Amino acid sequence: MSKPKFAMYWSGSCGGCEIAVINIHEKILDVDANFEVAFWPVAVDAKVKDVEALADGDILLTLWNGSIRNEENEHMAHLLRRKSKLLVAFGSCATEGCVPGLANLSPLSEIIDTAYTTLTTDNPNNIRPQHVTKVPEGEISIPVLKDRVYTLAQVVDVDYFMPGCPPESHQIAAVIDLVIQVLQGKAELPPKGAVIGAGSSTVCEDCPRKRNVKSIKAFHRIQEIAPLDPELCILEQGIPCNGPATRSGCNARCPRVGAQCIGCYGPAEGVVDYGARLLTAFASVIDANEPEEIERILDGIPDPAGQFYRFNLADSLFRAGAPAFKN
Amino acid sequence: MSTNNGKPKVGVYVCHCGTNIAHTVDVEQVRDWAAQALGAEGVVIARDYKFMCSSPGQELIEKDIKELGLERVVVAACSPHLHEMTFRNASKRAGLNPYLTELASIREQVSWVHTDKGLATEKAKAVVAGAVERVVKNEPLDEIKVPIHPATLVVGGGITGIQAALEIANAGYKVYLVEREPSIGGHMAQFDKTFPTLDCAACILTPRMFETGMHPNIELLTWSEVTQVAGYVGNFTVTIKKKPRYLKEELCTGCRICVEKCPKKVIDHVYEAGIGYRKAIYTSSAQAVPKFPVIDTANCNFFQKGTCKVCEKSCPTNAIDYEQKEQFLKVDVGNIILATGYDLFDARRVSNYGYGRLANVFTSIEFERMCNAAGPTSGKIVLRDGQTTPKTVGIIHCVGSRDRNYNNYCSSICCMQSLKFAHLVKERTGATVYDFYIDMRTPMKSYDEFYQRVLEEGTLFVRGKVAQVSDAARNAQEEGKLIIQVEDTLVGKQRRIPVDMVILSTGMQPRHDAKEVGKLFGIGCSSDGWFTEKHAKLDPVATMTEGVLIAGTAAGPKDIPASVAQGSAAAARVLNLIMRHEVTLEPIKAIIKQWQCSGCRICNGLCPFNAISFRAERRVSEINPALCQGCGTCVAACPAGAISGSGFSNDQILAQIDGLLMDVNPVSA
Ligand SMILES: Cc1cc2nc3c(=O)[nH]c(=O)nc-3n(C[C@H](O)[C@H](O)[C@H](O)COP(=O)(O)OP(=O)(O)OC[C@H]3O[C@@H](n4cnc5c(N)ncnc54)[C@H](O)[C@@H]3O)c2cc1C
Ligand code: SF4
Ligand code: SF4
Ligand code: SF4
Repeated sequence: MSKPKFAMYWSGSCGGCEIAVINIHEKILDVDANFEVAFWPVAVDAKVKDVEALADGDILLTLWNGSIRNEENEHMAHLLRRKSKLLVAFGSCATEGCVPGLANLSPLSEIIDTAYTTLTTDNPNNIRPQHVTKVPEGEISIPVLKDRVYTLAQVVDVDYFMPGCPPESHQIAAVIDLVIQVLQGKAELPPKGAVIGAGSSTVCEDCPRKRNVKSIKAFHRIQEIAPLDPELCILEQGIPCNGPATRSGCNARCPRVGAQCIGCYGPAEGVVDYGARLLTAFASVIDANEPEEIERILDGIPDPAGQFYRFNLADSLFRAGAPAFKN
Repeated sequence: MSTNNGKPKVGVYVCHCGTNIAHTVDVEQVRDWAAQALGAEGVVIARDYKFMCSSPGQELIEKDIKELGLERVVVAACSPHLHEMTFRNASKRAGLNPYLTELASIREQVSWVHTDKGLATEKAKAVVAGAVERVVKNEPLDEIKVPIHPATLVVGGGITGIQAALEIANAGYKVYLVEREPSIGGHMAQFDKTFPTLDCAACILTPRMFETGMHPNIELLTWSEVTQVAGYVGNFTVTIKKKPRYLKEELCTGCRICVEKCPKKVIDHVYEAGIGYRKAIYTSSAQAVPKFPVIDTANCNFFQKGTCKVCEKSCPTNAIDYEQKEQFLKVDVGNIILATGYDLFDARRVSNYGYGRLANVFTSIEFERMCNAAGPTSGKIVLRDGQTTPKTVGIIHCVGSRDRNYNNYCSSICCMQSLKFAHLVKERTGATVYDFYIDMRTPMKSYDEFYQRVLEEGTLFVRGKVAQVSDAARNAQEEGKLIIQVEDTLVGKQRRIPVDMVILSTGMQPRHDAKEVGKLFGIGCSSDGWFTEKHAKLDPVATMTEGVLIAGTAAGPKDIPASVAQGSAAAARVLNLIMRHEVTLEPIKAIIKQWQCSGCRICNGLCPFNAISFRAERRVSEINPALCQGCGTCVAACPAGAISGSGFSNDQILAQIDGLLMDVNPVSA
């Protein structure tokens, strides 16, 4: 009997997710042993037309990493959705837009203008990329950018979500194990729409630091506090740590080594808007009553959009900042 | 039992509220729309009725629940504050869990705040849609019943608190009466005569004070304050700080020899309003209840300089104890009545009336003490020199009241208090009395008759707001006098009236610490600063915090009869609860899903009712359902989304928002 097919695709993202998959070391041999890799541009040589040739639903498992930035991404999402039984939004870009999603703070025209006019850009004719360009050999085309960055689930139906920037290798290994067990009839798939490869609580749960009733009088940047108390909750030391609002699954990697959590595992179970949750939590423990004083304390967070929506903007209730909508 | 799309069967009832709603909202249109457009959401019947809260209206609901098998009910009517209970009870009678019934406010939130009927009707539809989508997500909840502790805490021993305490104690239940001053009695104990009957304040108050002090069911805790309140209706635990009196109450006989012998005289700013003296060891008056003196350590020779001890030496029973420390008591009570009274407006703030600068300008409370036979002048009305009887006296109303620079409200007693003063001055000195008023307000029983009497006695009334009181004479007539500058609005002329003495009818103010006291007991203050009642008309002594009642001037300016009536009313409310033996608590509570809590402790310091605790062993937080009042503070704050408010879950709220935003017909503006 032929092995079930596996695919992995990379759209608007940095490539870290692919590396995280490779990082599962010898477990990758299990993938090879149990699956036939039908499509994985980074690792094996296969063409889009090979995928198109497959019957619908022929691929058992597709891990999709990356946001939907252009029409090619969207086209491929629809194609792989059709061809796959299980489509997994893999990593932060696919599940919630991640850092590429921060482009949603600006209108598209501004993004392109900025990219093609930086000081170090040599562009004397002030050229802008065109969808179709005539060359002596004929016409060539590049994909058109979409009005804003979308998450995978905003364009196609998604079966499972696996957060993380990138997902932790031990979590990937565990998920692959699970799928293999399901194939062998030893386990059952989680309900559709579930978040896999992560916990249900938040990073604080796994964080070994001591915590007290919180009361924050000022926010600092980490370089302003030296040395950091190695045992005390980082947030209680005035550094805006996103751990309380960020889904557990990473085993509190950053706080363990003295860096605040920046939120790459996204919102906890059932949370509608990550940034809003975190913001109310921070606001609740600010120890001040006067509006000016509160204002001053909040000014200690230099980049609110980055603090509260670094990974989550495209999937937030806003989806994008107002300028992006005015496109 | 369910409609075909799997949603529970919903009934929608749209109320006309007479014309209150129907005048601005097309009720029939909302009804028909709900039946059609909301069918997919589960609506199987929609009706309208003139008054849904009437018995036929409620029966409509009960009948449909029984006959159509409704599983959810939405009543589009007034606000939940008014009739949520009414309709929940109707559902309950028909066998439906009361928490499966929702009120959509189309009166307070729609008809009363809009004028355009078309737009208002569209908005009413959206509000109804929100309620329908929400109610579908409601879950049945069970009311929580808890026993009521039969003891009561009364805070404040003025006439209001005394009345409340006696009512409850006479019914056979225990009362703790906490008073911050050394004696009970409050402001009334300072007065001489009381309007409108002119009976002597002491004659009617002292017996009540005495009865309170002796009552077997009243534990009097004077010179004490409440420092902490925990718990909820029926089950409060209150911490009371008993300040040291520096004498052993069990030994003191109240003979007051120590007071007589004490060599240190101090101006008494509290009881004597700054115009009389007391000793460093003192009781506010000879009639004080309890009779035990206290030592004012800030002025006591021994505490300040280390020598003296005259009181210790003179005490026949060796009751003095300079080592005494403050004590903290914890008591369990089921209900709390706040009767903390009022502060007087500080007349210095109206600098153009010269109080504090011009010697012969007096405040109302100074004048009360002066009239009191047991007061500093033995009841003689004299100028600040202590001897000269005034020949002309001016009384000014509304000082600090009905004035946007100070307080907007009317203090309600100053007109009558001014008339009382006019009468007393006439009676005791024969002086010419001018009474300067803006409007004369004498609405209560026998008040206007009293006004007529004072008119007949020859007091000269000048209608106008006094601009200034000064001692800058312009002619020989004004020399050595206080000149009252006023526009006489009845004559339409500016007048300058020279007098010997001015009495400022200063009004009432909320206690300076009302806000903090309110916070301690979990109740709020109005923008003026008075404690807020649950309903200004229908529930004047209850507050939004169950089990905490307010009475007397703590809730706003009042005279003695009204204060006493409220003291009794609050007592009746308490007795009502005590007799029921148990109280039903709303099951609207927050719950922390233990598997989702990360133990971040963000929520730990937020609960206004101290219901959240951290379980260090398991590193999760937990809510005590008995303490939780369902305010939702922690639900909003929990970054892990681990806290859910039953009755207000995310699902319910988001569904309601969905409904509100559902595509109603485009409106033509
Ligand atoms: C000058 C003047 C003359 C008046 N003359 C009349 C009159 O002739 N006839 C009439 O009907 N009305 C008169 N009134 C109105 C009358 O004073 C009030 O209606 C009445 O005294 C209100 O009683 P009360 O118990 O509500 O408040 P209060 O008398 O103020 O008593 C409140 C008590 O609570 C205590 N207390 C306050 N805070 C705390 C706390 N946190 N803990 C413990 N204890 C606390 C206070 O020490 C005080 O003993 C007059 C008012 C004024 C200002
Ligand atoms: S009661 Fe009379 S004197 Fe007092 S504020 Fe009202 S109107 Fe003025
Ligand atoms: S805020 Fe939420 S996650 Fe944090 S301790 Fe409280 S319940 Fe737990
Ligand atoms: S909802 Fe939360 S904050 Fe409010 S009373 Fe309950 S436990 Fe306390």
